[in-house]
Amino acid sequence: MNTYSLSILLRRLTAPPGLSGYEDSIAQEVEALWKPLVDQVSRNRLGSVIGFRSGRGAAPRPRLMLVAHQDSIGLMVSGIQEGFLRLTEIGGVDHRILPGQLVQIHGKRTLSAVVVQPPPFLLPPEAQGGSVPLPYLWADTGLEESEVRRWVRVGDPVSFARNYLELGSDLVCSPSLDNRASLCALTLCLQELCSRQPVWDVWAVSSTQEEETLGGAVTSGFQIRPDIAVVIDVTHASGPSTPSHKTYPLGRGVTLGWGPTVHPKLYETFKDLAEKLEIPYKMEPMPRYSGTDADRLQTVAEGIPTMVISIPLRYMHTPVEIVSKKDIQRAARLITEFAATIEIGFMDKLRWEETPKT
Amino acid sequence: MKELLRTLVEIPAPPGYEGLVRNQIREWIEPLVDEIRIDPLGNLLAVRNQANAPRLMLVAHMDEIGLMITHVDQQGFARFVALGGVMPIHCVGGRVRFLNGAQGVIGVEKNPASSEIPPLEKMFIDFGASSVEDCPVRVGDVAVFDRPFLDLGKRVVSKAMDDRVGVAVLIETLRRLEQSVFELYFVFSVQEEVGVRGATVAAFGVEPDLGLAVDVTATGDTPKGHRMEVRLGKGPAIKIRDAGMIADPRVVRWMIQTAEKAKIPYQREILEFGGTDARAIQLSRSGVPTGVLSIPCRYIHAPSEMVDMEDVENAVRLLLRLLRTSHPFELM
Amino acid sequence: MGRNAENLNQPTISAEHLRLLEKLCNAVAVSGNEGEVRHLVMEQIKPYVHTMQIDALGNLLVYQREERSKPLTVMIAAHMDEVGFMLTSEEDKEEGIFRFELVGGIDPHHLAGKTVQAGKGRHKGVIGCKAIHLTTPEERRSSLSIEGLRVDFGGGGRAKVGDWGTFTTPFQKIGGSVRAKALDNRLGVAIAMELLKYEYPELNLVVAFTVQEEVGLRGAKVAAYALNPDIAVVLDCTPAYDLPLQVEDSFYPLENERYNTRLGRGAAIYLSDRATISDPRLVAHFVRTAEEHQIPYQFRQAGGGSTDAGTIHLQRAGIPTLSISVPGRYLHTSASLARISDWESTLRLVYFALQTLPVDILQSDR
Repeated sequence: MNTYSLSILLRRLTAPPGLSGYEDSIAQEVEALWKPLVDQVSRNRLGSVIGFRSGRGAAPRPRLMLVAHQDSIGLMVSGIQEGFLRLTEIGGVDHRILPGQLVQIHGKRTLSAVVVQPPPFLLPPEAQGGSVPLPYLWADTGLEESEVRRWVRVGDPVSFARNYLELGSDLVCSPSLDNRASLCALTLCLQELCSRQPVWDVWAVSSTQEEETLGGAVTSGFQIRPDIAVVIDVTHASGPSTPSHKTYPLGRGVTLGWGPTVHPKLYETFKDLAEKLEIPYKMEPMPRYSGTDADRLQTVAEGIPTMVISIPLRYMHTPVEIVSKKDIQRAARLITEFAATIEIGFMDKLRWEETPKT
Repeated sequence: MKELLRTLVEIPAPPGYEGLVRNQIREWIEPLVDEIRIDPLGNLLAVRNQANAPRLMLVAHMDEIGLMITHVDQQGFARFVALGGVMPIHCVGGRVRFLNGAQGVIGVEKNPASSEIPPLEKMFIDFGASSVEDCPVRVGDVAVFDRPFLDLGKRVVSKAMDDRVGVAVLIETLRRLEQSVFELYFVFSVQEEVGVRGATVAAFGVEPDLGLAVDVTATGDTPKGHRMEVRLGKGPAIKIRDAGMIADPRVVRWMIQTAEKAKIPYQREILEFGGTDARAIQLSRSGVPTGVLSIPCRYIHAPSEMVDMEDVENAVRLLLRLLRTSHPFELM
Repeated sequence: MGRNAENLNQPTISAEHLRLLEKLCNAVAVSGNEGEVRHLVMEQIKPYVHTMQIDALGNLLVYQREERSKPLTVMIAAHMDEVGFMLTSEEDKEEGIFRFELVGGIDPHHLAGKTVQAGKGRHKGVIGCKAIHLTTPEERRSSLSIEGLRVDFGGGGRAKVGDWGTFTTPFQKIGGSVRAKALDNRLGVAIAMELLKYEYPELNLVVAFTVQEEVGLRGAKVAAYALNPDIAVVLDCTPAYDLPLQVEDSFYPLENERYNTRLGRGAAIYLSDRATISDPRLVAHFVRTAEEHQIPYQFRQAGGGSTDAGTIHLQRAGIPTLSISVPGRYLHTSASLARISDWESTLRLVYFALQTLPVDILQSDR
């Protein structure tokens, strides 16, 4: 069995486009990486990859579900006119970053294209002045119309050109680091767990369609019915012109979610664990929603105690997302230690203060 | 099939009050199926058994957009709210018909800026009454647009094409269907227009392996209309995405391949707004691969929605082929 | 049995109930942090119920009896949580000044100039704003936004980021009315607690005191899935906008047509809101019950807003659901107002409707 370094894992996990709903490329990569690390790898009906590792405790064992979404935001061809491609978005894309962006059109053949902004005099009055809305931008492949029509059809996914970069000593930059950074942490965790003996069953889920419907986590949650779910996602890192009270510095640790989405006792457990392991962390207040898979996972069936761990990321939903490798390692270590040390009777500790004695 | 469609669109069935159309559908299809039942929310579920076959849930919604009375004033004018996506632009001067038979016209408060479209709160229904006592409706009564069916030959116009045309496609499919490779659940759902509620519980109850909704989609072929590729009369549309979901690419591929093999015209659909019952099926339980067969329709949610009978016929043909063609991907 | 004798066994609102409501309203239970109310409810209902459970989200699930042998299982739901805020970042440690975000729908106009409490220790603080002398006329025309407001705990306070908080307005009875924070939905909670004291010959009663209603009807969703009832009745508090109309038109006698509900007109029966269309069979039964027992009732006007019914009725293969509310003015503010008579009408309506619920009600056509 090979163990991979963080950099290699990140390169492999950011290479496939894997747009929401069109995730075969990333799902295959995750399957390949996880197969040697767990007892069983399967795919959920909607396309989430599920890795199962049996615990050492006596059956029936409690189940821990670790979730990071595999899908990425991007674009889609919505029309073809004189060889130019009209685009719509998948997930949330700020159209202001698109002009001049290199993209890949995933048609019958993968074509490279550039997103272009037409001059104002070729735009209808409502699209003039200020940024040009997405429906009025074009993608130009440079090919003749007949060629374009041969390879491209309405509905073909369009991803940002891949461009993996290491910046300075600790930062990496790539499209799709939301949420491949977390998927990397989850994979590191599974690698590490190979030499540990967790008593709980561990269900690792690389979830589908988080950016669209949160559908992967909900359906996988219904299928697995975990006793506890831990969602690993990215949060906003501080950077130029970001509000300091809503962002977290890069490279200074993970955040632990706190609010209605998170079970307070789980928060405490993770906080204590982080302190014990001397992993830097910040509480991230989530007064209403977490904005992650956890929001819907929590209310699956009879309800699932849920925790949210986030890795700070700068320039979210752009092709130049930046994360810190150290933060990924910290997230990996935290979930690894949680999974490896959780006791068979942990659920008894997860009670609310008022829980009646039985 | 035109007559079937005419009968269906003329029955009033606002969200939550689908009883009349449900009774009519039931009467027609009961002899054609092995089992039929109504679930707690009012969905009509009809089953065609097939041993050891994957279960396919087909759904078309019975409800249409409508309105509900909130207040009757001392002069007998009634205020109302929308049930579903009623657009103010289509209301003023329109006529409505209540489930109790009462009819009225929609009036509007004086509008200082006549270029603006007044919101529904500034509208009322006039029954020709002059007091609360002789107003024929009370708070909570429900209505739909009142507009007769219009036959333009190849194309037909009516209120409630959304989604009686889907209902008609399912009924006609059931009538012509001999064998299927699936165990089939034909679901006529309630409360789609208020948030795909009927399909949510129906999908849970049916537990399908595969889902397919039949509903209308918008077109981009009218003067300065939507920027979309779908056109009336160019064949049923196979949905790739809408605002509510990304159709399962495996189901999309299956539908396209089947249409191409059978030489049935089809269109690839991307709808940038709206959603269908398919979303509810896709997210049900552990997830269900789901697609949508769309009937192109102009002026959706106006009292005059237009469809092309050739598209309707081709939708039935494609559906029949799909039900006979095993899907090419593995179900887990 | 004579009519008077019968009345002895019917639920009414007494001084004891008012004391209970006072405790419930003064407790702090912002969405996600419902422990205080949950604790109170458990303490009080213990003698009347068979089992109490707390689920993964913190819902209190109550089974009135051990067996579920009667023909119908009915779920009553009442949410325990209230709107409030969470402290999200500490702006000035010395002064004890925090940024905060709202939990649930509070109109920011209701925040400035109020005292608040936050955290387990109920630390007192205030939400202030610039003195009028320091504002310009233009500023005074514009709305105060949450971005510009802070909670000020003074120096040396013990409040911390992540603490939940809300208003401090004390409960008060005023004539036939009650005024308090969080009447939405401690009134519903109080009614659900009272209903547990009575026997219902034909039905198994299960009650969910739910969490996180104000942040998306979350608790009710999992509670309904777990309890799996045949029918659900949601008890809540709904706005009354029965204020005078400030428009004049000499040509047409104007009325307030968008009151939602009106105080003093009895229990409010829902027909349709943003998230639910009530089951018409249940609506008909409740209306019939009200008329038979001469209990004042009104229809809550159809329109926006939602209750726990929104997620309950969509669970499993569908659960026919109805919402009944006590009308209340100024809900989601520091001081809401309701009539005791409406509270009693709501209690009595639900009680009698459950007593007489036909076991075959779901066999009839919806």
